[in-house]
Amino acid sequence: MANPNIPAKRSAIHRLFTLLFGDWLSILLTVLSLGIVIGLVPAFNWAVLDAHWTVASPAECRAGGACWAFISAKLNFILFGLYPPEEQWRAIIVVIVIVMLVLATLSPKMWGGRLLVLWAAGIAVMLVLMNGGILGLAYVPTSKWGGLPVTLLLAVLSLGLAFPFAIVLALGRRGSLPVMRNVSIFIIEIVRGLPLVGLLFVAAILLPLFLPPDWTIDKLGRTLAALTVFAAAYLAEVIRGGLQGLPSGQIEASQALGIPYWRMVWHIVLPQAIQKVIPPLTNTAIVMVKNTALVLIVGVFDMLSAARSAATDPAWPGPSTEAYLFVAGIYFVICYGIAAYSRHLEAGINSRNHS
Amino acid sequence: MTYAIDVQGLNKYYGAFHALRDVDFCVSERERVVICGPSGSGKSTLIRCLNKLESHDSGHVVIRGIELGDNLRDLDEIRREAGMVFQHFNLFPHLTVLENCALPQILSRKTSRKEAEERARDYLDRVQILGQAAKFPGQLSGGQQQRAAIARALCMKPKIMLFDEPTSALDPEMIGEVLDTMVALAEGGMTMVVVTHEMGFARRVADRVVYMEAGEIVETATPDAFFDNPQDERSQRFLSRLVKA
Repeated sequence: MANPNIPAKRSAIHRLFTLLFGDWLSILLTVLSLGIVIGLVPAFNWAVLDAHWTVASPAECRAGGACWAFISAKLNFILFGLYPPEEQWRAIIVVIVIVMLVLATLSPKMWGGRLLVLWAAGIAVMLVLMNGGILGLAYVPTSKWGGLPVTLLLAVLSLGLAFPFAIVLALGRRGSLPVMRNVSIFIIEIVRGLPLVGLLFVAAILLPLFLPPDWTIDKLGRTLAALTVFAAAYLAEVIRGGLQGLPSGQIEASQALGIPYWRMVWHIVLPQAIQKVIPPLTNTAIVMVKNTALVLIVGVFDMLSAARSAATDPAWPGPSTEAYLFVAGIYFVICYGIAAYSRHLEAGINSRNHS
Repeated sequence: MTYAIDVQGLNKYYGAFHALRDVDFCVSERERVVICGPSGSGKSTLIRCLNKLESHDSGHVVIRGIELGDNLRDLDEIRREAGMVFQHFNLFPHLTVLENCALPQILSRKTSRKEAEERARDYLDRVQILGQAAKFPGQLSGGQQQRAAIARALCMKPKIMLFDEPTSALDPEMIGEVLDTMVALAEGGMTMVVVTHEMGFARRVADRVVYMEAGEIVETATPDAFFDNPQDERSQRFLSRLVKA
């Protein structure tokens, strides 16, 4: 029990007062926080109290306040773009397949040859589903693909395809062959020195001019190639960091056991190197997810483009703020998910090093 | 007769530093040789030249009739014949103890997984850490890790075992368990080359003691002759320092 002479209630108020106004720093922080809260009141009113959650006609939204009804009305368009509505179940399955593949990939227990097979199968399934044209599925050209599946496909495929290139570049840069080393450094530095927007323009607009006219590589494919090259350069530097942190004793032990070079790289070197660089890998993955939004510049219809074009519907009173906030929310969920999973992985790895 | 290890006129430079000077060094099958000497004397370099973790600059290294040259296939063969145990264990931290012993067999001997795990369990049992098989190396004590490393090397069925200061990184109370494992191995008839400062182990197990200093073999003798009656003035000085310490 505390001092019985002072009633408990008074002491609670007293403690609260001390906490908020006990010294100059507390007073300053209290006043600042109050200011921020008061400043946010209009935003809160707009987003919650004055908001229109359901409307009979778009005109009701003109009264002010957030028009969330617009999001539910346009949800299909924002998530799937111009993809034919009656075929959208295919796009939903693709999103689910991507999420499953990513979850499987992030678990170190799955790393190995089986995972590559799983990925090849997954990508084939996704392409068949999105594209159609066989197995009785209606054909949907890539110009009709859009929204969340495009964002996720670009992010996951560019990272996934970049990974093997990144490993070769990182090993090449660390290797003893001068030709390999210089070629690797050259590629990495050139790509890192270019802005992604520039690479996207080169891939989407310039590349077709240089290719023979009968070579028609799909624009989505060219965009994916640009993102892959970009991701490979950054991933290579991250992986190189992991390789540098690997004690030389690990390689000596593998050599002394007579393990052939590439098997050593695959089973001993890379698993350890990659586990060491999970935080910067997470960082690169998150950056690449958000980088896919830049493809709208070359006219690929990702989720951000879809939201932007949904907001231009003249029937609605220009609800672009709501559209952007909604898309931002989806990006946040994806990126936070990546971050949360990487924390989980690190915790698992740390637990191995302590009994 | 052919030696298990036959080294002739070995020279090794690190830049301008002459690490090994015309070393001649032979080990017969089933022989146990202890190499000792002050630090920097080239004893670790010598043992690391025997499976080409270091490449030599001149001279010949012949292991069980195969010359160590530039032929990589021969090299992998020699490395499977000669198991190595390191000062810092060098277990693979991302694999369990069982996987540490099983995976190298699968990768370099193409053993089936079932057979590899069986053999791994067998050797982990012999070094008395089968109970730790499912743990990761970071969860074991130093002595347990070194015994796991010995088991890992033995799983490759080597004809020769090379030990590079196997107890130098261990806490004193753990040295005994590792030395016991090595004594058991010696009694089983393994050809062994051991770089160590454990003179008790040398006296108990070694057929020969090789004393190195400044990249040269100064003296080779039986343990009793070396410890009780060293011939060279340099080995006398080394031993007197050991006794004082």
